[in-house]
This record gives sequence, C-alpha cells and structure tokens, in this order.
Amino acid sequence: MADVVARDLHIPAAGRQLTLQKFARRKSTIAFVMVLPLILVVAGLVIYPALYAISLAMMNKSMQYFNIFTAKNNFTFLFGRNTFWMVVEQTVLFAVTAVIFKALIGFIAAHFVHNLPAQGQRKWRGMLLIPWVIPPAMSTLAWLWLFDPSYSAFNWVFAHLGIPQVAWLGNPYWARFCVILVNVWVGSPFFLIMYLAALKSVPEQLHEAAAIDGANWLQKIWYVNLPMMRNIIQITALFSLIVTFANFDIVKILTNGGPVDQTHVFATWAFTLAIWGNDIPLGASVSLFMAPMLAIAAYFILRNIRRRGNEA
Amino acid sequence: MTTATAEAAAGQGRLVRYSSISRGRRRTLYWSYFFLIVFVIFFLTPPVYMFITSLKSSAEISAATNPWWVYHPTLSNYIDLLTSNQYLIFFRNSALVSVCVVSLTMFISVLAAFSLARMKFWGSATLATGVFLTYLIPDTLLFIPLFKTFAFIHDKTGIELINHWWVLIILLPTLTVPFCTWIMIGYFASIPKELDEAALIDGAGYIQMLTRIFIPVALPGIIAATIFCFTVSWANFLYPLAFTTSADQLTLPVGIVTTLIRGDVYAWGQIMTGALLGAAPPLIIYAFLMDYYIAGLTAGATKG
Repeated sequence: MADVVARDLHIPAAGRQLTLQKFARRKSTIAFVMVLPLILVVAGLVIYPALYAISLAMMNKSMQYFNIFTAKNNFTFLFGRNTFWMVVEQTVLFAVTAVIFKALIGFIAAHFVHNLPAQGQRKWRGMLLIPWVIPPAMSTLAWLWLFDPSYSAFNWVFAHLGIPQVAWLGNPYWARFCVILVNVWVGSPFFLIMYLAALKSVPEQLHEAAAIDGANWLQKIWYVNLPMMRNIIQITALFSLIVTFANFDIVKILTNGGPVDQTHVFATWAFTLAIWGNDIPLGASVSLFMAPMLAIAAYFILRNIRRRGNEA
Repeated sequence: MTTATAEAAAGQGRLVRYSSISRGRRRTLYWSYFFLIVFVIFFLTPPVYMFITSLKSSAEISAATNPWWVYHPTLSNYIDLLTSNQYLIFFRNSALVSVCVVSLTMFISVLAAFSLARMKFWGSATLATGVFLTYLIPDTLLFIPLFKTFAFIHDKTGIELINHWWVLIILLPTLTVPFCTWIMIGYFASIPKELDEAALIDGAGYIQMLTRIFIPVALPGIIAATIFCFTVSWANFLYPLAFTTSADQLTLPVGIVTTLIRGDVYAWGQIMTGALLGAAPPLIIYAFLMDYYIAGLTAGATKG
C-alpha cells in the first residue's frame, strides 16, 4: 500500500525524463544509499576477507602460490600431520558434546523455571542468565583459578571429602573435560532463555488435554512440549554449534591448547600457526575447516526462513 | 474430572493416585526449587569465587586456608587496580572502542534495516538474507585474512593499522552490524504499514518517516540491539589479542590476561578483581535492562 502511494506521489511529478535531481529523489535510489554503508562493511570486512582466506590457503609460507599441478600444498601437508587429525577430532568432540549438554541443561532448567509461579520466575531467570552476561574471557579466568594446580578450590573440597586430587588442566582427559565444562557453563543460559520462550508459547490447553488422556509428566514433555518446541530447539542448537565450533576464548585462556596440543580446536590452532608461528597461509587453511560446518548451518537456516516465509 | 480419570484408570487396574491436585502441584514446586538451587549453585560458583578471591590479600591466598571463605577481607586489590595507570588505560580503551562501535553499528544498521524492511528495491530480500548469513561467519575465520590485508595496506600506503586500539572500531562492526541489522529488520517489519501511510499523506519524507515514526516506535528493539552491540564489543577477545600488542593499546579482557599473568607468577587477587571490574559494565546494564537484553537474545532466533 505504501509503495502504491509513493509511486503515485512521485512518478507523475518526475515525468518521463529523469534528470539527475529526480533520479536522486527516487525511492529506490534513496533506499540504496541507505543500505550502502551496510554493503560496504559486509563486502569489505566480511566477504572480501572470507574469500581472501581461500586464496591465502593456496599459498606457501613466503606468500607464493603453490603450483596446482604438484601434490605439495597446505592441505596435503595438514592431512599428513597427526596434530591436524587430533585437532579435528577434538573440535568435533568439543562442539558436539558441549552443545548436547548445553541443550539438555537448558531444556531441564527451562522446565523447572516454567513450573514456578509466574511472579517468581523473573528473579530465577535473572540469576540463571548471569554466566551468559559475563564476558567469557573474564569468567574463564575464574575457572582457571578454580582449576589452579596447587590452589584448586575444587581439590580443597575433594580433600575434605576424601576424594583423590585431580590434575584438572594437567591431564589430557581432564583438560578436555574442563574445556567442555566451561563451555557448557557459558552457553546453557542461552538455551535456557530460548527454551523458556518456546515453552511459554505452548498452549496450556494441550497440557490439559494430555492430562485428561492420562499422560504423565514425561509423556507431556515427550508428546506435547518437544514437538511444539522442535523448531526453536533445532535453530538454537544449530546457532550454538556454529559458535562452539568457532570457539576461541575459552580454550585459549584455559589451556592454550595444552597439554601437548590435546585440547586445541581449529580457532586456537590457526591462531598459534598464523600469529605465533608466522605461517599465515597455513593458519588460514586450518581456519577454513570451519567453513563446511557453516555451510551446513546456512543451508538449514535458509530452509527454515523459506518455510516460514511460505507459512506467513 | 479428576475423579473420573482416576476411576477410569483404576478400572483398568492401574494404580494412579490423584489424591489431591494441589498436593501434587506443591511437590512439583518443591522439586523445581530444589533443582533450580542446584543449577544456580553451578551457574554462580565462578562469579562468587571471583568476588571471594578479590577480597583476599596475596598472603592469604598463598596460605592455603579455606579458599571459599575470607578471613581478613581487604579492599587493597581494588585500590591497587583503580589507582594503577595501566588498568585505567585498559578501561578507557575498552570504553572508547565500545562506544564508537555501538554508535557506528547503530547508524549503519538502523538506516539499512529501514531501507530493507520498508523500501523494497531490486535485490532487497536477497540482501536481507545475505546479511544474516554473513553473521554466521565467525571472527576466528576472518582475523587471519584481515591481519594480512592490514599488513598489505601498511606496505602500500604506509598507514599503520596494526597495534592501535582504534583499529578495533573498524574490526568489531564485522560482528555487530549483520546481527543488529537483522533484528532491526524484524522490529521494523512488525510496525503496521498504516503508520507510514499516514506519514506519507502528511507529506513526510523517508528520513522524517524514519526519525519521527520508526525510531520512536521500535525503540525497544533499538535498545536491545544496542545492548547486544555493546556486550559483543566489550567482551571480544580475539581481535584485540591478534591486532594489538603494546600495553597502552590493549582492551580490558586482553589487558588482564596478558599483563597480570606474568610468566608463572599469577597475582590471583588482582586478576580476579580485574576480571570482576571488567565484567561489571555488562552486568550493570543487564541488571537494569534485563527485559531488553532477553528480547535481543530471543529476537535473533525467533524472527529468523
């Protein structure tokens, strides 16, 4: 409707010949000028670097392109290294485990908050979101101090309970556990908020109908809440998977990839290779391995947008 | 209704006790409180422990007494940090970067979102989706090519971009602009068309339409986007770590990690105080504007 009005107002006045002034007053011109800063930022600082990363990955350390007809390039070099496969394994393990636990904790906690009387929910929700609000670099420092080798506050509690001491960040398996734990701690409040919003949109009549049919609480969750929340569950998990896959702060501060590269993920290893090792092309090649994950996520999100567009 | 269900169930030989709905509800409530307390303990342990440690002197920390209790509380860590020039420089850098990034991002994304949501032109729908997809490209993928590009710019023009705090004002919009534009499109699209028609009939131009109608009506959305933007630029760790090195150019998160941790000597009391003070601005904003904060969080995915 607004478009029709706009056309009626402007086009007759403009007539057939468009002078420069008339052109500048046209709706699409104004619209384009308003979008221009966005296009410049996105094209110059996101699209261009992303493409440049692909180009960098084709170069050797002294910034010369590899001959494409020989087998020697960054990718064959990476595939031949054990560390690379360890990083792949660790990144996948880290991202998948962390997202599953974040989703589980978020889902359970959202149900508990939803059970409370409406006026009490606000303050619980407020407290439970705090890990998400603190900058991750700051809260990871607190975890680093909690896991300190000689003054670990957890080990102090363990000592009083008669449980053997744990070398939290010294042992490769415990270090992996710690990195995942901190990530779950940071991320689950986000799931909690999303799932709580989704739970609020489940009509109460459905629960009443299920109760009349004799459903217990587990059946209500499984047959009523889960199907109603499916969309939000998928999208939130997907978002989180991307962010966790590309995580940097937590691993960098907590373990810096150690002990013996056992906790490196793509982002931290790429950083180590490119900035410290001064081999920028190799770092770029490693960081490109985050792209397939992005492509999968983009596909599902686009499909979701299109499906909702059709519904609306 | 309940008794009927109970009888029907009993008729089938199943033991269903619907003795009292209110008793059942109360039991659910107690269990909910119990588990929520467990979750709150898990979620609040690190910040509380930060606070406990920040009140301790180095002597008390190394004395290996009960780490969960303060026997001789002292504010010396706070006084040391707030009078140390270096920490105040970190704070200033962080504040300047965040304020500039927020203003820049909001300017770019409100204009663009208005245009994409209301003034349809060739390719506007594709552009809106494209902007959202660029939000998915993480900073960990972008920093290496950007680093190389900046070095290249230095070689060609002599402009040194690396190791200045203001370079973050150019870099951080890569993270904030796509998402803010996306949620602003959502908010602007939900404003009824009748409002802009009325404005058009009254003779308003597009700029007037934006400043007199869209910005005031979508103010909650703008606040939510601003908060998101501030939190992201305040918390970002990777860009300052990769692009700045001198102590007077660092922002708060990187400053604390690189200057307070010297080799193997950890000044834990000061680190925890620094981290707590660094977490304070987002926490204060969150405490006062919780509803906007949550609106911004959920808008990203539900409007997707």
